[in-house]
Amino acid sequence: MRPPIRDIAVVAFGQTDHRRTSDEQSEVEMLMPVLHEVLDATGLKTADIGFTCSGSSDYLAGRAFSFTMALDGVGAWPPICESHVETDGAWALYEAWTKLLTGEADTALVYAYGKSSPGSVRDVLTRQLDPYYVAPLWPDSVALAALQARALIDAGDTDEPALARIAVRSRRAAAGNPHAQLRGPDVPVGDYVVNPLRTGDCPPIGDGAAAVILAAGDRARELCERPAWIRGIDHRAEAHSLGVRDLTDSPSARLAAENAGAFERPVDTAELHAPFTAQEVVLRKALRIGDGVCVNPSGGPLAANPIMAAGLIRVGEAAARIHRGDSRRALAHATSGPCLQQNLVAVLEGEDR
Amino acid sequence: MTDTTKTTHKEPVAVVGIGQTKHVAARRDVSIAGLVREAARRALDDAELNWPDIDAVVIGKAPDFFEGVMMPELYLADALGAVGKPMLRVHTAGSVGGSTALVAANLVASRVHGTVLTLAFEKQSESNAMWGLSLPVPFQQPLLAGAGGFFAPHVRAYMRRTGAPDTVGSLVAYKDRRNALKNPYAHLHEHDITLEKVQASPMLWDPVRYSETCPSSDGACAMILTDRAGAARSPRPPAWMLGGAMRSEPTLFAGKNFVSPQAGKDCAADVYRQARITDPRREIDAVEMYVPFSWYEPMWLENLGFADEGEGWKLTEAGVTELDGDLPVNMSGGVLSTNPIGASGMIRFAEAALQVRGQAGEHQVEGARKVLGHAYGGGSQFFSMWLVGAEPPTR
Amino acid sequence: MTTTSRPPEVLRAPLVVEFPFTRSLGPVQSAFLTGLRERTVLGVRTTDGKVLVPPVEYDPATADEIRDLVEVAATGTVTTWAWNPRPRPGQPLDTPFAWVLVQLDGADTALLHALDAPGPDAVRTGLRVRVRWAARREGAITDIACFEPDDTAPGARRPAPHAGAFDDPVTGIVAPARLDYTYSPGAAQSRYINALAERRTVGERCPSCRKVYVPPRGACPTCGIATDEQVEVGPAGTVTTYCIVNIKAKNLDVEVPYVYAHIALDGAGLALHGRIAGIPYDQVRMGLRVEPVWTDSPTGGRFPDHYRPTGEPDAEYDTYKELI
Repeated sequence: MRPPIRDIAVVAFGQTDHRRTSDEQSEVEMLMPVLHEVLDATGLKTADIGFTCSGSSDYLAGRAFSFTMALDGVGAWPPICESHVETDGAWALYEAWTKLLTGEADTALVYAYGKSSPGSVRDVLTRQLDPYYVAPLWPDSVALAALQARALIDAGDTDEPALARIAVRSRRAAAGNPHAQLRGPDVPVGDYVVNPLRTGDCPPIGDGAAAVILAAGDRARELCERPAWIRGIDHRAEAHSLGVRDLTDSPSARLAAENAGAFERPVDTAELHAPFTAQEVVLRKALRIGDGVCVNPSGGPLAANPIMAAGLIRVGEAAARIHRGDSRRALAHATSGPCLQQNLVAVLEGEDR
Repeated sequence: MTDTTKTTHKEPVAVVGIGQTKHVAARRDVSIAGLVREAARRALDDAELNWPDIDAVVIGKAPDFFEGVMMPELYLADALGAVGKPMLRVHTAGSVGGSTALVAANLVASRVHGTVLTLAFEKQSESNAMWGLSLPVPFQQPLLAGAGGFFAPHVRAYMRRTGAPDTVGSLVAYKDRRNALKNPYAHLHEHDITLEKVQASPMLWDPVRYSETCPSSDGACAMILTDRAGAARSPRPPAWMLGGAMRSEPTLFAGKNFVSPQAGKDCAADVYRQARITDPRREIDAVEMYVPFSWYEPMWLENLGFADEGEGWKLTEAGVTELDGDLPVNMSGGVLSTNPIGASGMIRFAEAALQVRGQAGEHQVEGARKVLGHAYGGGSQFFSMWLVGAEPPTR
Repeated sequence: MTTTSRPPEVLRAPLVVEFPFTRSLGPVQSAFLTGLRERTVLGVRTTDGKVLVPPVEYDPATADEIRDLVEVAATGTVTTWAWNPRPRPGQPLDTPFAWVLVQLDGADTALLHALDAPGPDAVRTGLRVRVRWAARREGAITDIACFEPDDTAPGARRPAPHAGAFDDPVTGIVAPARLDYTYSPGAAQSRYINALAERRTVGERCPSCRKVYVPPRGACPTCGIATDEQVEVGPAGTVTTYCIVNIKAKNLDVEVPYVYAHIALDGAGLALHGRIAGIPYDQVRMGLRVEPVWTDSPTGGRFPDHYRPTGEPDAEYDTYKELI
């Protein structure tokens, strides 16, 4: 990995209020206010944006080419330079970052959205699995996360009370996040969904969207008082099958963090895309996050988990803390696939002034 | 910190490996992994590289419903040697094969990675394209099945606007199907094709005849993209990316020009600007364009600036786009002969690169130095193109 | 007629995405699934000697193509587990069971499946288990009905080489998949659909460019802002272009040939799509003036069944050429 050849920052972030259902709105109706929010924050118009990239999933929507309808909210006229990834928007941000590095664009609009409410998301996600050996058994996303949680408990890395504390801490933190779906001190730990995971260990299911604006160099300083500079960003995959992986570790997250420069200096904040409590345990270990680090001050995905946007939101939340001056150096993490198969790590910093 | 970088730091991008599968209606002998692997392995072999030489993998395909696997790249990571590497999945509808290559090219141009495997595929025989493209939407009136009916009215609009004789479409189909006979990877090999047979084939979506429509294929296409250092090690001549661009416009809007979308014009103009092309008709030697229905050849000839508005059909009619013509189009047989949807755009890009590398075999255009690869998708709204050359960019 | 919008009734309808996918297997997967039919569990040996069960075609560690099949035992050890108190549709058992990763004797990796056990207290990591074969086996992962507890000691069994050859090999599987969604079209389209129920076609005007969108989709796609002013258009309109459909669509009860047309309703900023009838298909032309025909069909009451000629003279090309 080589150091980035251009300084690029997150200069604006917006997100919807995440809710169990948004069935009174189409996807574009849900998304559009967030796009306006980040454009307004920077004073940019669609025509000023050099590159636009989004992340979403046809399977979540139950419709092929669902992203084409969302494009209506962008106002792609005159025609725009645009691309789309069929995964979490954090990877759209990565694609936009590479585009800005080439110098062909100075600003990028990145957005992501997901509505989990129309379908049964636990069943929908089974379609991600090996179509020959695994998908025919319909093992749902909570079941797979529970297998991982059990492996961690057996390895002595955690126990059920510790998992419950992660759940409580996350929802308490979310009390200060007006966009969160599940917040407050009194979210019950609940019954087992798939033992050892209880309802409290699982993310809320819901709908939401998020948007980020990236800008390069001096353009970033013009658009934002305290840009959140991307010091490094990388993502790595691991093998697909759970049976060949060590579920208690995440070598891909560690490698991505190393390549993003996360270990060069300590971070003060980490926004981790750990939809299940036990996955935070894995990520803390892999990313060497010490006790002094403020983890998921937004409440994280345990407080709001709009699938396909939740990873981008981690980057946005980390950046927003830098914008507000609450963080100087933050790590943002996004994941995709069963049991943390793919992991992205970005390191963001404020500028000394 | 100051931002002194801008375009000066862009790394030139070279294509040093190309692989495709033999495209067929149904590859019953391989899994999805086996299919993509075959193309990837051939691309690696062409570049004389191996899995450890690849820094990142960029995959594209059309809707996941075609194979019934959500985000299939997760399952394909092992087969594509992506374990421990960055892997990115692109989906921009029919243009996706082209967009995927451009996303991969950016990883090299931005100097994030040195050598990237990019691959696009579709295994349409796992389901049925008609089903995958026509999932029911509640509250919407079902009017049609398949893509042909969507595009046929635009073909009629083109005919009305230009006064083109109604035989032009059959000329394109006849040419592309003959070209396919010279391409061992093409899906359709109709050895007994005649113009009369094309013109006698049934009208499916009048004015579009059966023989003027693309098939439904299983297939994959892969390329190895690399930087100058990688190109210097290439055992075979590289193709150099001289320009590449994507443009999008909305699906439907008041004032949309379906016959010649503005996004296509803007995309081509951006590519020509990057490649310093001022007269595409004279400076570009051949084109691999995305023609799923025959009439799109004259339509794109105009949209891409090879002919004035209303004049594209005259190039086709005069034989200019024939393999031995002045501006050969779809030397490989094109989408009309091979259509694994998600891969079709990348096949255009790869075939353009094969031409400037002089490795297109029987469908080689002699002396091709600059060739355009073109893809589009959605409601004629997503465009991706690249221009590749035998010489590196001069900048 | 112009009105401002109000929040519409939220429309919902079931949306079923269902298909029996036909999956070809390739050599390794074919051997494994055929083996299950014959109560034989195969693995594959990697170049560095590990035995992967279930066998895959490409080594996850090295990306090497691997084809060296071996037979392993139908007994093994649980490496991790999770108790599923409420089985979901399609899962291996319909009574509470444990999800397990099982390392079969002779294998170095684990296989995901279900374990039939009386309760979570009966399951632990390290538990010995054996395959319970399905009574009817056809060459699929479900030929293993599930695992069940077993009292044999872990065997130090060495995997035996296996040619992977069986009579009548399974080369493909059919993988039916059904997902149920509840579709909601959103506010703008709900207003449109509700008006259609009153046999009115109501578009929405963009507050910026003033174009009228029919059907409205919630945003003016060129301005990227909400359309909110409702405008009734039509009822008559002009055929801007069309095609004659000669292919019968499965989900469509209309005889071919029929005409599928783009129709610019009077007052609309762009054409919508509809079927033309009440005129021989080969007499439809660009510029034809048409009007909607509403029927009380129990299935299709929300939109015009088709459009028919009004009898007016054809529209001049110049009047609609910008709408094509």
